[in-house]
Amino acid sequence: MNKIKELENKSKNLRKRIIDVCYKSKAGHVGGSLSGIDILNVLYNHEMNIDAKNPNMENRDRFILSKGHIAEALYVTLADKGFFDKKELDTFSSYQSRLIGHPNNKVPGIEMNTGSLGHGFSLAVGMAIGGKMGQKDFRVYVMMGDGEQAEGSIWEAAMAASHYQLDNLVAIIDRNGLQISGTTEEVMALDNLRFKYESFGFNVIEIDGNDIPSILSGFKLARKCKGKPTLLLAHTVKGKGVSFMENNASWHHGVMNEEQYQQAMDDLGGMCHE
Amino acid sequence: MNKIANRTVICDVLMKKAEHDQDIVVLTSDSRGSASLAPFANAYPKQIVEVGIAEQNLVGIASGLAAVGKKPYVASPACFLTMRSIEQVKVDVAYSHTNVKLIGISAGVSYGALGMSHHSLQDIAVMSAIPNMRIVVPADRFETEKMMNLLVEDDEPCYIRVGRNPVEDIHENLDFDFEIGKGITLKEGNDGAFIATGEMVKKALDAAYLLEEEEIHVRVLNIHTIKPLDEEIIIKAALETKAIITMEEHSGVNGFGTMVSKVVAEHAPCFVKVMALPDSSLITGNSQQVFDYYGLNAVGAAEQMKKLLVKKHA
Ligand SMILES: [Mg+2]
Repeated sequence: MNKIKELENKSKNLRKRIIDVCYKSKAGHVGGSLSGIDILNVLYNHEMNIDAKNPNMENRDRFILSKGHIAEALYVTLADKGFFDKKELDTFSSYQSRLIGHPNNKVPGIEMNTGSLGHGFSLAVGMAIGGKMGQKDFRVYVMMGDGEQAEGSIWEAAMAASHYQLDNLVAIIDRNGLQISGTTEEVMALDNLRFKYESFGFNVIEIDGNDIPSILSGFKLARKCKGKPTLLLAHTVKGKGVSFMENNASWHHGVMNEEQYQQAMDDLGGMCHE
Repeated sequence: MNKIANRTVICDVLMKKAEHDQDIVVLTSDSRGSASLAPFANAYPKQIVEVGIAEQNLVGIASGLAAVGKKPYVASPACFLTMRSIEQVKVDVAYSHTNVKLIGISAGVSYGALGMSHHSLQDIAVMSAIPNMRIVVPADRFETEKMMNLLVEDDEPCYIRVGRNPVEDIHENLDFDFEIGKGITLKEGNDGAFIATGEMVKKALDAAYLLEEEEIHVRVLNIHTIKPLDEEIIIKAALETKAIITMEEHSGVNGFGTMVSKVVAEHAPCFVKVMALPDSSLITGNSQQVFDYYGLNAVGAAEQMKKLLVKKHA
């Protein structure tokens, strides 16, 4: 019970920090960061075997942010965890910063450079195959966007994950229903993703990706599945937690003015004080 | 005539190394036959990953394997590997800096009459523009062996470009110095210089000996590493000879000749003629017929050199 409260508080703080980083830098992809942050939070603060003091620990679990455009959500999570100093978040997207607008593996805790959609799933499949080959017991997690599912390479990777029975792999779709131009169903209809992945041989678990207990149980169930990869189909709300951003495609990478920043912080329960 | 193709040598070296190194992994895209890697697959079934006909996934998976400590060798036809997978090469291999070795097989016009879809005549242009990507094009089976022995020891990305058929030997055995990034002077001469790469090296050498019969002394440089390019040996040739001809089995647009020309223009300007395949779809034929049609042979190269030397004196 305490764990859930703790994670919920953490999510709130991470959200505030995302708003801060996006506002100060006038950059970032705030909508998707807010939809995906609860999953990142659970991954880094509960699910994954990682050590911020030893980011290259050999048997660490691996995470790949295939929807690399929400880099700031990953950066705030890593900084909070202690992979690097939180002060560095102020340099996001700025001149000569290593906190580039898409994840870069020069930053401690980041495994692979991403940014072009449709790459991360294959990377994760390779890592999971490598783990099995070496009889290592680390697990591999990859978070994708829903708009990203239109990339053909995603389905190449899905086929291979199933072919190689990668039960050490959990693919996550941040199913917020929106992409830059509008709803996923208008742009390129995706549904029904559950049937698609099931027919590709996946163990599909649907969760509320903005609800901590639901996320926790999804990862727990995934660990029980043997002989096939798991897809966590995480239903989320783009812009979650900020009233004027929720379910609004224009906040894919919108930039807040001062008033909007105040409003966002109010919605999230006050200014960031850490 | 040598009967061992460079791709066969690659398989032999990988098999030897895999015996002591379980981290060596070969990845194929339904290409183990075309890559001559079936013996590896049979000997080390746990060290081969078949990806199916999915070249993007092929390179992505290889990068993931490298990221967890494996040493992946990706073997796929050069035409697909350097086009279909190019973004994975750029981002997942070069940018993420993963220890992935990309083996482009049947490069250039190896596939002959199969046509433009199967020719790989843009790969040097594309690959050379990617930071952190090395390009090695061995000229014969001995260089292929030396190259592989070096590459298995390092942990940097590399694109290896080999043809389909056995090529005539340049070297008599393995007794020569071979260093990634260092060209080899195969023949001295100060009238002109042939600067060639890959299977064109033999043709350049033959051309130079044809010219010897006419008392024209032409230097022959074998540039097996296109990137990083051995600028020193090129500048020396530009300073010491009167004209340069580059030879490559690639489009003349933004290929090896362009790279050599840049070095020459920046450091020691002299006439440079780029011998390559034209910027158009090619005639139908096997690779030898294609080379002959476009004058990419010893006689053609010798003629071009004479023309260039006349131009120099005009
Ligand atoms: Mg979306």
